[in-house]
Amino acid sequence: MSADGRAGAAVVIVGAGVTGLSAGWWLARDGVDTLVLDAGAAGWGASGRNGGGCSHHHSPLFLEEQRLWPLMDELLGYPTEFQPGRIRIALDERQFALYRHALENAAYHGFRTEVLDAQQVRELVPLAGGEIFGGYHYHFGGHANPHRTLQAYAWALRDCGGRLLQHTRVLGFETQGGRVAGVRTSRGRLACEHLVIAAGPATGELASLLGVNIPLMSARAEMIVTEPLPLMRLGGVDGNGLYGRQTLRGNLAYGGGPHEWIEDADAAGARPYSTPLQASIARRLCALLPKAAHARVIRSWAGFIENTPDGRPVIERPAALDNLTVATLSSVGFGLSPASGRAIRDLVVSGKCSFADLSTLRLSRFAALEADWRRLQGWLPSAVSIDA
Amino acid sequence: MNARAHGSIGRDRASVAGKQPPIDDSTDLLIIGAGHAGISAALTAAGCGVRVTLVDENPVPLTTMGEDVPLHFGGRVAATAANHNAVLETILRARPQLAEVIDAGVDVRLGTAAWGLFPNRPTAAWIDGHVAGLADEHRAYLMRFEQVIVAAGCRDMGLAFDGWHRPGVMGALAAYRLATDYEALDARVAVLVGSGTETLQIGNALSEAGIRVAAVIEQAAAIAGPQELASRLLEGGTRLLTSHVIEQALSDAQGVAAVRLARVDAQGHRVCEALERIECDTLVLGIAAVPALELLEATGCAISYQAERGGHVALIDGSQRTSLPFVYAAGDCAGIWPSKTLSDATARREGRIAALAALRSLGAKCDGRKEEPVSPDAAGGGLDAQRLGWVRATTLRSAASPFVCQCEEVTAADILELNPPRYLRWRRPSPATQGLCTVDAQRAPDPDVVKRLTRAGMGPCQGRRCREQIAALMALASGAVLPDIPLATHRPPVRPLRLSQLAALPEAAAMGDGWESWFGIAAQWVPYWRVPPESRACAGGKHEAVSGE
Repeated sequence: MSADGRAGAAVVIVGAGVTGLSAGWWLARDGVDTLVLDAGAAGWGASGRNGGGCSHHHSPLFLEEQRLWPLMDELLGYPTEFQPGRIRIALDERQFALYRHALENAAYHGFRTEVLDAQQVRELVPLAGGEIFGGYHYHFGGHANPHRTLQAYAWALRDCGGRLLQHTRVLGFETQGGRVAGVRTSRGRLACEHLVIAAGPATGELASLLGVNIPLMSARAEMIVTEPLPLMRLGGVDGNGLYGRQTLRGNLAYGGGPHEWIEDADAAGARPYSTPLQASIARRLCALLPKAAHARVIRSWAGFIENTPDGRPVIERPAALDNLTVATLSSVGFGLSPASGRAIRDLVVSGKCSFADLSTLRLSRFAALEADWRRLQGWLPSAVSIDA
Repeated sequence: MNARAHGSIGRDRASVAGKQPPIDDSTDLLIIGAGHAGISAALTAAGCGVRVTLVDENPVPLTTMGEDVPLHFGGRVAATAANHNAVLETILRARPQLAEVIDAGVDVRLGTAAWGLFPNRPTAAWIDGHVAGLADEHRAYLMRFEQVIVAAGCRDMGLAFDGWHRPGVMGALAAYRLATDYEALDARVAVLVGSGTETLQIGNALSEAGIRVAAVIEQAAAIAGPQELASRLLEGGTRLLTSHVIEQALSDAQGVAAVRLARVDAQGHRVCEALERIECDTLVLGIAAVPALELLEATGCAISYQAERGGHVALIDGSQRTSLPFVYAAGDCAGIWPSKTLSDATARREGRIAALAALRSLGAKCDGRKEEPVSPDAAGGGLDAQRLGWVRATTLRSAASPFVCQCEEVTAADILELNPPRYLRWRRPSPATQGLCTVDAQRAPDPDVVKRLTRAGMGPCQGRRCREQIAALMALASGAVLPDIPLATHRPPVRPLRLSQLAALPEAAAMGDGWESWFGIAAQWVPYWRVPPESRACAGGKHEAVSGE
């Protein structure tokens, strides 16, 4: 039974992360009776633990991502702290060459990118200094606050008549004649006319209950945050192998570096702990923004994130069932969420995305994927690697 | 499983595999905190054939004290505390048994804070064994250990009123620490807020240290601690004002100059009478002593609310062992109750029990020594009511809307209405639509959700001054009982550390070679207009760096 006594909804979405909540909000604002459920609290996974970046120029959802972010505060009715623009700093020639692909992708879409020399970087980024090779200034993209955006989606969903059911575990699905008829949960059965699975690391296991195979592997990644510092003119500054931003409050929030592959069974319900990796992140942040070297680190955190074998999302209505949509954004979900939610809405309502070509995000690309792809790619938990 | 036995195996050069940090320092038994429990544990374990290391963060760097970490020092640290060596000597004088510990062969490291414990676990298996993050004033470093006894003591609950951000408003334990270990408490006339056992005991200690205790304030109709401790203060000329709360701290250029008190009824409502004014330079907050849980909680020890132990504490067995079998809690961080406060014998016994259990786990000889398990006093039942009473009468009913979270400038109303931070200058279109109970109507509100939305508890003091107040406010507003309000999580580093300090930790060479901003999956960033139709496993043989976004 759901919060208000109605058992089920026209569309039930499993996963109250940024993708599921955005999809739920897009559906609810179209007047679709929508219920989003989650095994834990809304946005408690990677959705609320990321760098907040919104500049994904490689993605088929990019143009819609760029169109929507400046409108999101108004559309949702709550603040997301979206800030436009980004500077990426290269400390050496290798990084400079590596980061250049943004220039080409932006040009393809008709967005402007400026190449910066060391002096220009120093002028634009007061906390930078020391060794700088150069940088890029994106006149697009930007960053938002994940926590605030998550709750904005949740509240906006509710304002549109949608429902959110937290701390509700999925126990199984009921199918009938090639359709999903209902979801069995720890709070009882929920009937549905359409089911969306957008459950982050749990997406693969849940989809497999319906006979849909989504190849996924989960990993742990970490971030750190410092005490607030005086605001730079542009907070979206990263580079030197880090992603992140100066928040509107002034904190430096950055991540990057190695991930640790983990078994889903170990991650399920577990708290993600950070490790001494935080020191290696601090080291690179010190080099990126040396004038912040005195700033104190006041928190670190970790999150569990899923990836497909090629790191690209899956957003699809699998042919196996008439009324199922599955979505994993493969470790890059926050920034794309305004667009991915809208794409899922389109798939649910009409079977086709109205604004982007999602053919590269289909599961069929994995038809010839090797069964032991995880091993071939070296995507193995540490214990396994050590034994080997 | 031996993966290689199944054929060729790829390598993910961007994963943590093979990048374990190099660690030179190691010990068998690490003891964190050199108070009564820690010293007693160290003396018990010394000479048993295992390496014992005892760390204590005092003397704490002045800049850290300035952030009210680890205690609410409230700007009353005297200039003499800047002399590190002089403070070291004072500490050795104040804790004479430290010399015995050193003589017994224990590796004693003062001025050394523990900022994280990192055990190997299924979701963090790249770390071998158990690793502690330590830091002195200059550097941070890692140390391997087999067993750890956390004897981190306790800290004070904060309480927001008009002017509580002024220099001179400080915690009772902070005042005691400065007066004894540092001989650097910059106070002459103090008013004590709260009347529990610890607070009255500290009041007497301050009085002995030459500070005039002008008054003891208690919101309830009667004092909470033993009459005998109160009587000693009264004999020295201290006034006792029950059914009173602080209305406002008045200040001059040096900080607190006087305090104005309001009389309250049993429901915490202000009774309309002329406000009492007392001249003082220091307001000592002794609302509650809270077990210092940050290291235990951040490490993942199971925590529960136990009123008889002073609130949230780590679950321990009869040998002081937490839910993590290599972690023990002893002393005030394992629980606070009146008889334990009145005599150091209990904390010492807990230290011995933990040390003996740790020695057994290490396979060391301990001559069949045994100690009976420690049990707390029967719960007085007044703990929750006391805390809620103070917050209700002082903070919730304050007309001045003081910041409960000083670091992030968040008021009680902001917390209860879940207002976004004020720097956004965002105005809620309809005030009634969202609030504390709208996040999840079916559960008690969660302080971590409040933290994410309002920033309360997210500042440089790491929530030390506000977290108990926030929990109390949430209980008062939602009707939940205090034990049902979850504990907001702690994260390492549990002491603020400069970026440059953390950055100095040595790392494996492979860390730099394989560093990627994201997963290092080349196919992930191929623009969609160039994506191949099929995806096959990528053996990852090419050692090319990948630029993620």
